[in-house]
Amino acid sequence: MMRESSFRQARWDEPLIFEMPDERPAERLTHRMDDWMRAYLERALRKLGRLPRSRLAIPDLSELTVLRHFTRLSQMNFSVSTGIYPLGSCTMKYNPLVNEVVSRNPRFTGLHPLQDSETVQGALEVLYRLERLLCKVTGMDRFTFATSAGAHAEFAACLIMRRYFSVRGDRRSTILIPDSAHGTNPASATMAGFKVEVIESDKEGCVDLRRLREAVNEDVAGMMMTNPNTLGIFERNIKEIVKTVHDSGGLLYYDGANLNAIMGLVRPGDMGFDIVHLNLHKTFSTPHGGGGPGAGPLGVKLFLEDYLPIPVVSHSPERGYYFEEPRESIGHVRSFHGNFLVCVKAYAYLLRLGWRGLREAAMTSVLASNYLLSRVTKLPGVTLPHDPSKPRKHEFVVSLLRLMREHGISAREFAKALIDYGVHPPTIYFPQTVDEAVMIEPTETEPKRELDRYVESMGDAIERVKLSKETLNELPRYSSVRRINEPMANHPKHIRLSWRASKGGRIDESRSLDKHS
Amino acid sequence: MGSRRQGNPYVPHTERDLRAMMEVLGIKDPMELFSDVPREFIIEDDLEFEGPLTELEVVELLDEMGRKNLCASDVQINLGQGIYPRYVPAVVSEIISRSEFFTSYTPYQPELSQGVLWALFEYQSLIAELVDLDVVTASLYDWSTAVGEAGRLLIRYTGRHKILVGDYVFSERVGTLINYIEPVGGKVEVVSYDDEGNLDLDDLNSKLDDDVAGIYFESPNGLGFLTMNVEEVVEAVHRRGGLVAMGFEPTSLGVLEPPGALGVDVAVAEGQSLGLSMSFGGPCLGILACRHEQRLVRSLPGRLIGMGEDLEGNRAFTMVLQTREQHIRREKATSNICTNQTLMAIGAAVYLSLLGRSGLRSLAEYLFALTEMAIERFSEVPRVEVPFGHLSHYQEFTYRVAGKDLREVLRHLLKRGIVGGCDSSRVSSALRDHIVTCFTEVHGVRGVDRYVRALGEL
Repeated sequence: MMRESSFRQARWDEPLIFEMPDERPAERLTHRMDDWMRAYLERALRKLGRLPRSRLAIPDLSELTVLRHFTRLSQMNFSVSTGIYPLGSCTMKYNPLVNEVVSRNPRFTGLHPLQDSETVQGALEVLYRLERLLCKVTGMDRFTFATSAGAHAEFAACLIMRRYFSVRGDRRSTILIPDSAHGTNPASATMAGFKVEVIESDKEGCVDLRRLREAVNEDVAGMMMTNPNTLGIFERNIKEIVKTVHDSGGLLYYDGANLNAIMGLVRPGDMGFDIVHLNLHKTFSTPHGGGGPGAGPLGVKLFLEDYLPIPVVSHSPERGYYFEEPRESIGHVRSFHGNFLVCVKAYAYLLRLGWRGLREAAMTSVLASNYLLSRVTKLPGVTLPHDPSKPRKHEFVVSLLRLMREHGISAREFAKALIDYGVHPPTIYFPQTVDEAVMIEPTETEPKRELDRYVESMGDAIERVKLSKETLNELPRYSSVRRINEPMANHPKHIRLSWRASKGGRIDESRSLDKHS
Repeated sequence: MGSRRQGNPYVPHTERDLRAMMEVLGIKDPMELFSDVPREFIIEDDLEFEGPLTELEVVELLDEMGRKNLCASDVQINLGQGIYPRYVPAVVSEIISRSEFFTSYTPYQPELSQGVLWALFEYQSLIAELVDLDVVTASLYDWSTAVGEAGRLLIRYTGRHKILVGDYVFSERVGTLINYIEPVGGKVEVVSYDDEGNLDLDDLNSKLDDDVAGIYFESPNGLGFLTMNVEEVVEAVHRRGGLVAMGFEPTSLGVLEPPGALGVDVAVAEGQSLGLSMSFGGPCLGILACRHEQRLVRSLPGRLIGMGEDLEGNRAFTMVLQTREQHIRREKATSNICTNQTLMAIGAAVYLSLLGRSGLRSLAEYLFALTEMAIERFSEVPRVEVPFGHLSHYQEFTYRVAGKDLREVLRHLLKRGIVGGCDSSRVSSALRDHIVTCFTEVHGVRGVDRYVRALGEL
């Protein structure tokens, strides 16, 4: 029997801040402008030789209004703190709050990146010790934290591959990428100047060895892949894959997006990977921040350490901890040392878990995922593509193709219906190799009760859309807004990318910067 | 898992839950789910590692490490180059500490994620007003990568390969730019300044050829002085079919004419100034804005949020023009960026809302006055030279102490509790033995007094 949902997401009748009338703004937030300081301002403006800008259409609002506005917006946002968020390939596990607490320490937030190393020994020690732990987890020898996210690390890694081969006078221009890979892999390789050759999967969803052997040649700089792959399947031929690429002189890149399945059990370095990135915001529990910041530390085997981007952290008894520029470094890929506070959070997480805690996270995430899978495949219209006898790892991909064919219900309609049960829908339409793909990653931190409720919600959602007299696009009903008109939002005539653009560039004369207003 | 319970504090399952799940799967041990993994790769033993610690122990250990740092509450930090010591208003801290925001993912289901989308749209709109350009991306990693992406944007838009770079740009930004554009055949050539803070038009014109995609320069630049002839530069570059990208300091636009009004096509900046902590240089906020021209917008890297409607006609926000992005276009995407700096962008939106136009004007006026005062006071100290002191500065400026090595000066200042600035060679390889220093509202007049007193003791 289908349940009705009592879920109602908050919905505030809130204007944009630009639509609010001016109020008396917060005064003296940081400084007092004394009369004698005004004299310096006059001088500064004389030097400038032109008038200050006259118009700035940003409203003046009171502190309470601003606080209330953004608090209300936060209440119109689904999050891990509010409910299960099993987006496949995103590892939406619990973000322990102690990580936040330690990262907000003013002795970390109040450091400038250009301070001399002698004044930031504690911060450097965090990075140094975190690096040692990440080396243990991955089987790599050296990491940099300069890379700000997974895609950023992939780009840097491709630059490393280029440098590695060019130093040898070896010009290689192709990177191999499985068809199920994340979109960032081909985008990063192209950005670094490589051609991308896609390796099709076999019918079991793994890298097709025959195709790989055909593709490998002396122009191939390397291959980028995840293991377990995007379907949640462990690449059974990993040894042969690695050997095939290495035998032709190419390098193996491990996209750490799926490490949660195997950490503490299997190490990319032991499988033969030469370069690895980790997503601290997935595997190591740092929050996703609504889209960022994350951190994507980049690790390499010893023979590549000289190519890492600037900086790496070193230690000697005389100097203590310090930043260093690797000898053949590819140079800078951003300013400073990376998303440091995110690293602090990940370090706190690893300290809490220890080695065995990591292993338990991996085993439990895989158990939870297979448990959910066994229940989800019993739902009507849901099928499991690729070898169903094989256990999946931390995530799995099912297809709603049958639901689509028999009832005209697409993965998108299913996801929108699921929203009304107060849970976040899975990833849909990825990987692109599966029709009507639904990709679920429950993680190790969701209680069994939530897993069970999720399957029930999925079942209810399917029933609801099948039985419903509502036209499909009327769902969801209970989120802050109803179905969004995406084509209109993207239409060149209607697209609105900012408040001022939405007003056709009309100047708001009421927001003048005349000081006497 | 029985005896194998391994003490992960965040796993919620009881033995009964685990048994129930295994029963459904017909297994006795979760390791059976790894039967397809080659045995030789499975690590049976515990590797030497840190932890497990209690929550209290973690707090204590990290507190101890924190105490090994000299932070802004111990010493006066006069460093800049994009990251500035700034006051973080209480309301900003509160909002970006709300876990409804920080524990959510990229808003792929917009109906459930209006909060983040709405806040990002307001961020885009606030920055658009600040810079006087209609389109702002929903954030990049930091200023340097924003410059790198801007360089690629110029090259993509024009089909040309040379990027001219105004002198006195922080070396890490130039380095990043080179790494971003070199794979697409991009090259960098530097344009110098004259003595009056103008980009040298003769030098510029001599380097403007048919392969110039555009120019990137900063105002204020890495030495803290403003570029005075922006409109002339714009005119010269546009005349040869190039685009103009300008780096700016967000708070300065409370007073300065915004890049859009000066004719600039693309504006980039570090957003840490907008109410975010220094955080040892990360997380930052890469700001990138441009004119509302379809071809330019279609070439932009990263996410854009649009304002539209739901089926009932309610206002609603969603990610738009995603066909530029990697998850759809893969190797044909305009950039590989996926995870960005959303939470920092929300913080910046709160900061701009909180200050309002009056607060921004007041802050910028104060910082112009403070910088002017600091330059005057520094110039009065015996042997201290401020080589560009006659130019218009904002927040940062350059000085040297005649006859003293800069390391000696910085060591002396540190003894007086002042982290005095950075080596000018990080900004210009031609300018050695100078210190680039920085004053903001957290230093105030007292900070200038203290610094000048310490210099006087040299």
